[in-house]
This record gives sequence, C-alpha cells and structure tokens, in this order.
Amino acid sequence: MATELKTAPAAKTSAPGGNIVEMSWDPVTRIVGSLGIYTKIDFDAKKVVECYSTSSIFRGYSIFMLNKDPRDSHFITSRICGICGDNHATCSCYAQQMAYGIKPPALGEMIVNLGEAAEYMFDHNIFQDNLVGVDFCETMVKETNPGVWEKAQKTEAPHAKEHGYRTIADIMHALNPFEGEFYRETLQVSRYTREMFCLMEGRHVHPSTLYPGGVGTVPSIQVFTDYLVRLTRYAEFMKRCLPLHDDLFDFFYEALPGYEEVGNRRVLLGCWGSFQDPDECDYDYKRMGDWGRAMYVTPGVIVDGKLVTNDLVDINVNMRILLGSSYYEDWAEQSNPEYFVKQDPLGNPIDIRHPWNQKTIPKPQKRNFAENYSWVMSPRWLDKRTGDHLALDTGGGPLARLWATALSGLVDIGYVKAPGDGSVKIRLPKTATKPDTEFTWRIPKWANTIERDRARTYFQAYACACAYYFIEKAMAEVHAGRTATFTPFKVPDEAIGCGFHEAVRGVLSHHLVIRKGKIANYHPYPPTPWNANPRDMYGTPGPYEDAVQGCPIFEENGPDNFKGIDIMRTVRSFDPCLPCGVHMFTGNGKVVKQMHTPTAFAGLAH
Amino acid sequence: MKAPKMIIADRPPDITEIHVVWMTTGLSCDGDSVSVTAASLPSIEDVVMGAIPGLPKVHLHNPVLAYEVGDDFMKWWFDAAAGKLEPFVLVLEGSLPNEKIKSEGYWAAMGTDPDTGQPITTSEWIDRLAPKATAVIAAGTCATYGGIHAMQGNPTGAMGLADYLGWDWKSKAGLPIVNVPGCPVQPDNMMETLLYLLYQVAGLAPIIPLDDQLRPTWLFGKTVHEGCDRGGYYEQGDFAKEYGSPKCLVKIGCWGPVVNCNVTKRGWMDGIGGCPNVGGICIGCTMPGFPDKFMPFMDAPPGSALSSKVVQLWGGALRGLRAITNTTVNKEPKWRHPRPELTTGYNPKHYAHSGRR
Repeated sequence: MATELKTAPAAKTSAPGGNIVEMSWDPVTRIVGSLGIYTKIDFDAKKVVECYSTSSIFRGYSIFMLNKDPRDSHFITSRICGICGDNHATCSCYAQQMAYGIKPPALGEMIVNLGEAAEYMFDHNIFQDNLVGVDFCETMVKETNPGVWEKAQKTEAPHAKEHGYRTIADIMHALNPFEGEFYRETLQVSRYTREMFCLMEGRHVHPSTLYPGGVGTVPSIQVFTDYLVRLTRYAEFMKRCLPLHDDLFDFFYEALPGYEEVGNRRVLLGCWGSFQDPDECDYDYKRMGDWGRAMYVTPGVIVDGKLVTNDLVDINVNMRILLGSSYYEDWAEQSNPEYFVKQDPLGNPIDIRHPWNQKTIPKPQKRNFAENYSWVMSPRWLDKRTGDHLALDTGGGPLARLWATALSGLVDIGYVKAPGDGSVKIRLPKTATKPDTEFTWRIPKWANTIERDRARTYFQAYACACAYYFIEKAMAEVHAGRTATFTPFKVPDEAIGCGFHEAVRGVLSHHLVIRKGKIANYHPYPPTPWNANPRDMYGTPGPYEDAVQGCPIFEENGPDNFKGIDIMRTVRSFDPCLPCGVHMFTGNGKVVKQMHTPTAFAGLAH
Repeated sequence: MKAPKMIIADRPPDITEIHVVWMTTGLSCDGDSVSVTAASLPSIEDVVMGAIPGLPKVHLHNPVLAYEVGDDFMKWWFDAAAGKLEPFVLVLEGSLPNEKIKSEGYWAAMGTDPDTGQPITTSEWIDRLAPKATAVIAAGTCATYGGIHAMQGNPTGAMGLADYLGWDWKSKAGLPIVNVPGCPVQPDNMMETLLYLLYQVAGLAPIIPLDDQLRPTWLFGKTVHEGCDRGGYYEQGDFAKEYGSPKCLVKIGCWGPVVNCNVTKRGWMDGIGGCPNVGGICIGCTMPGFPDKFMPFMDAPPGSALSSKVVQLWGGALRGLRAITNTTVNKEPKWRHPRPELTTGYNPKHYAHSGRR
C-alpha cells in the first residue's frame, strides 16, 4: 500500500533521530475535493514529525468573474462547492444585499434560514456517518487497532437504551460502509434533509430559487408542512444519533489513553456567524457589529480559549491573505498595487492583503515542498494585540460555532440557549416515540480530533432546534398575511459589499467590489483555505499541517501496513472540502533513512 | 398466458462483474458525486448491493465514498490503466483544463507519478484510461461541455470531455461518450443512465439512445417549458414581474422554453423541488452554451421579448374568457337547495308531497 516517495517535502524543522519514514496519502478520500497529505513519521517515537498539505486543483473563480454582472455572482459562486454550494450562494446574496442597500422581507430571510438549517442537517449527517464514520467502523478498527476492537466487544454502550446498540462494537458494526444498518439509515436521512432544502431553495446543491433580495419560493402552507414533518423525523433521529456518537467518542478516550492528543491544536478558532435575524439585520456595514451579534449562531474569534472579538467589523478589517507556499504571484509586491478599498465605510483602513484588495495571479509550477506546493493560499487573522497573523481554524465548523456561541452567551430562542456559562443548551421537542429532550454541549478541554467530531453531532441537533424556531417565525408571517419573499433592487454603478456566513465546515466570507455596474473584484474565502493552507510567508504552517505535526500514533500497524488512521481521522475531523480548499500524502511505509539529521524529503519534486 | 423463456432474475448477465472508475478531479465541485448520493431511483446502494435483477456485480471506485485512501485507492486507477481492471466504466466529473498552455505545473491532478514525484494530471489519466474503458460517461455540465469553469475569461482553457477526446470518439466497445449534463446532474438522471448502461453491458438493453449532443434522449428530449407546471400562465400571457410570484418567470430571466432538461417533470429529488416549477429561473445549466449564453441570468432572455408579446395579445383575451367560465364552474347548479321542492328536472309520481308544483 505504500510506495517509496522519491519526492517529498524538504525538512524545515529538525527531526529527532529514529526510525523516520516518509508517508503520503494522495488523494485523501471520503472528503470533498482533492487533498494530499505528505508526512514524515517517527515510528520509534510513534509520532508525526512533519506534515505538508497540498491541493491539486485550480479553477480561477476570481478571474473569470471579473466584469460580469454582479447579480450573477451567487449563481456562479454556488458552483465553487458541490456539497455546500448553497452556503456560497447565500453568502454572495448577503454581500450583494449590502452592495445594493437592500434587505429581504422577513419571510424571505426565514426561508433562507430554513434552507441553510437543512443544509447543516444534511451535510453534517452524511459527512459524519457516511464519510468520517467509516474511520470508526468495525472493518477499519479491526484493520488498524485489533486491541480496540476486542475492547469494544466487551464495552456496553452507556446510552444503549436511547440508540438501541448494546455494545460499542455493535455501533462500529452498524457503521460499516453499505452493509451497516446505521450507515444505510444515515444515507436515507441525508436524502430527506436534502428534500427539506429543496422545499426552501429549489435544488440541492446549487439553489434555483435564491436571489439577492430574497427568494422565489412560493410560501404556501404546503411547503412549510412538508418541511416541518420531515424536521420532526430528523429530531427523532437525532435523539438516537447524538447519544450514539457520545458513546463512540467517549469510548476512544477510554480505550486509548492519551487519545486526546490526536489532532490536538492550540485553540485558535474562527466563526463568522450564521442565520440572520430579520428584525436586526439590515445589511448596512456600519451596523454590522450589532446585527452580527444578533445572528442565531454568534460570530467570534477565540484565542487560547478566550473570546477576542465577536464584532464582524473587527473580524473583517483584520483578515489577511498571505502567500508563501502557493502557486501565485504576490499582488502586494507589485509596484503600485491597486487598492479597490482603502477604507471601509466606517473609516477603518483596509490592508492591501485584505480580500477586498486581493488580486489572484496564478503561476502554475512544479510542486516543490521546499518552496511552493499548493493551490491554496494562506488566510490569516491579524491579532492587533500581538501583531500575530493567526492561522485560525474552524474546528470543522461546529466546534468553533458552538464555542463562540457559548462564550458570547447571546442566543436565547427557546429551542436553543447559550446561558453564558460555557455551555449551549439544545432542546428538541417531543416526537413520535421520543420525549422532549434537552442536550447540553460544554466547552471541551481540547480542540482535538474527537471534539471536532463530537461538536458536529451536537451542531446537527442545534440546526434542527433552530429550524423549529424558524418555521414558527415563518408560519407567523404567512398567517399574518405578510407573504412577500423578495425585495426589488437596482445595481449601483459603484459599491462594495461583504458577506459573512458559516459554510457547513466553517467560516465563509465573500468580498465584492462593483465598478461601472460590473464586478471589479470578487474574492470568496471558504473554510478550507483557512484549514488546509500551506506554510505562509512567515513559515507558519496551516491548521491541518499543524494538527498533524506532533500527532501521536495509536495505530497498531507498523510502517509496512500502516493505514495512517489517526492522521486520517485528524484531517477528516476538519471536514475538508477542497473545491473550497487540500491533499495528504503518505506512501506505504518504506523506511527512507535512519536519521539523526533532518534531511528527509530532500530532492522531492525539483 | 405463456411463461417467458427466461425471466431476468434467472438470467446470468453477459458479464458478471464490472468496475466503475469515477474521477472527480476535472475542474469540478464534486457536486455530481454528492448528487448521486441523493438519488433514490435507483439509489447508489440499490446498485452496489445488487437490489436490481439482471445486473452484474458493481464495484464502485469513487473518492467521495471510497473506503480506501491514497495508494490503496489509486491502485484501481493504475490497474485500469495497465489493462488489469476489466471491464470498467469510466466516469468523469469536472471539465478538463488545457494543460498545454503553460510550461510547467498542473491545473488539475490526481495521485503522484512514482517516477517524477509530480502530480499526474487529470488529462493524463483520461489519455491512459479512455482507451481501456468499455463505456465513458461525462457526469454534469462541466464534464460534458465545460460548464462554469469554461466561462469566458477563464484562466485554464477548460473544456468538456468530448471537446478533449473528439465528438466522434468511440470506446473500445463502440460506444460514444454518454453525456449527462446538469449543474449539478439531477440525481436520478445520473443513476438511471448508469443503470441503463449496466443493463446494456449485461445484455439486457440495446445501445443507449443518444442525441447529437450525446445526451440520453428519454431524459433530454423535451424542454423545461414543455414539462413546466407554470406553462399555463405563459399560455394566458400572465407573467411574473418579480421573484416570489407563482406565475411564469420568462420575463425575469427564465430560459425554460429553449432549454433541454426534464427537471420540471422529474423535480429535483423524488419529485420535490426543481427550477421554474418552484420559483427558480431556468439558467440553462444543462446546455452546451452554459453559462455565457444565459448571462446575465436575471435579465429576460432576449428572444423572449417578441414571443411573450405575441402570447400576451391572445393570451390576455383567453385569460378573460377563462375567468368568466371559471366563475361559472365555481357555482353549484341551482337545483341543490333545502327548499321543500324538487327542481332537478325529475318528475316523481309517488312522493305524495304537496310541495310539488
């Protein structure tokens, strides 16, 4: 399974002596898009020494969108991603609404919220149980950790009464691809949740009924009934699904002491907020801090467990796009680089490396791990307190969303409450066979692989609970006769806009500049560039690289039949989506060199 | 009734096993693979688990769903290229960038060349695999005709599979490329086409019927408008002036009358959703001319101005007349009443009731 790597990353950190093997996984499967992970692993110390993340696709959205009609931008940017395209379309509409100076009617906004809630419910569900779940299934665990499988057979599942599986091994069995009962059930769940999406936005994954100004969806009683009935089925499903995942994830901590170090990373999380409150949000940039904080998922930048800001203006102004190891010319180093936006509408200066001023200049070249090795740029967030360009990650989306929401303590909508004590309470009302149930997510001790995965399940419940609230709000509008879903607008000659949203796997922003009624600049920043980026101009590795470097290896296989399961679980915990952003590569365990000095990967890809 | 010679369930397929080698590394968004997981008619598990009689055993190799990772996964690709994977259907998702327009590097790639350490481009994979494949399917508008990534002003020179291999290209089994456009592909359209090809290789169906654009005729033979439940508004010259209206969307950007697609008939998933039938303008996403010929999407198609004007003339009159008739048929006949008399026209002889006039 492993091949000798003739081309590998050049060592940049000093490796300890030992049995160091270059391993790569290219492509990483069971994710969306094209990602390769290249590592060096010390099999004596059972530790990853180095990791490089690379992406093998370039499409050029920011280039071919130039001079197009701005109203086309949500249709076009939806095509960035085949699993969360609607997140892009939504974010683009947010940016356009700011540029056009309009807001959708409340019902239109609620229909968008219901669509996005369905997207989270669907996407987290299929990713967790049909893609990530395979890393925890019987077949995989038997191959990588027979000892763990032994233990799983003897371990009773604490919540067996809720989910119906007696032992942890029974859960793992149910997760086997296609044959497993829970695997097949979740595939089916992923379908009716997508039907819910289609009820609100026409088509999954590229919506047909979404426009700047609102939606074309006809707000009939039927459309909401059809959504609500499916929602109750999902709530019933979550009352089994969530305890099942708690049991599975808790078991890994118990079966493999020290597993909390797998994928553990300094807490550097970003969340750009999700679900607009139509009573607060008017898309005026000057009030963005206020309506941002009114979102039903609170934005926030979290450093070492502390909330640095939840103000979208702060978040916006301090975004930086760095190059370093990607295949582009640096627009900021050109003579007289062009500024599209020198100041934001509040008078804050906007940096040349901000997305509003970015220029994408591709420069295809050979892959060279000592220099440039990816099509992904390196977005960073400037922490003004320290001057650090932070490599924030999204925790796969849910970890940052729950963490930011818990720290701010602002959300209180009956079905979801963040009391400000470091928890988020999620209430799912009575369903056909299950009682009214409250789940509590608490800020974990680590930002690691297991907690990223656990947060995903909790956020599925969060989205479900929010949808109950949104459907009540939407029905109230319909019952009151306020059935308009769209606000007409004119495209201005000159304008700027930005949209902040949470794609399923994390932070999403779109920055738009209109000149002479056409797109003069457009730069979307989805979650995967944040998570999957290569080393930046300061040498700071991207979050995947950082989370994998230093990762302990618990797999029982040696280099000869090494699967890299702990590394794969770590990369997948971020929910990679490379059309939005990486590539992991380890060959099969071939010993490259017994090393005392860091020379491995030399000669790779020159 | 005479029993057939052999029912399909008893008939061994002409080939017993087949591999589906599914590449997502064109310039794509993986939306077509994701779409396929939404299909239910048939579902991917129906096909993989052998729920449908007569089919060979199907081994699916798709990066979004694969159990294997890295080299274990790439093995299928190297085996297929070496002629060791027999027979297989090649599916391409995403458009093919033009790798010849630059001196080095890659636009789209999958796996690493063990000799050079450089990524193997998607075009190189097509060169290696297409000659060995029994059938080739282009899934989604990017793979079929170039799609969004082949938009004017694109930096990669992207094109569809038939542009790359040639429109007259035939597989070693004599099959043309099978195009299933859609951005993304409508889930059941893709799975049904795959099912048809599996029937065909099993010896249970004649050669797949395709039109000039290499689309299955039973899926793309009609226009969006011909299947649209808002067509009646068009007929009556009754057009939506803004989004959110339940009327015909032609004047606010819908291209349905001239676009080949069955979404208005089939819905998006199991009959739910779609485009103009649920309030979304048709932007022509299944068409070879997509996206440029349909932009700006939210303007009325230039060709619709004349036709909709003509329709408005007699459609308006028609609507007026129909409104009168509609009012009439919305009223019950006069003989349904509680008065002590029968006015239906029947003449009873034995009711012995004085109320009879």
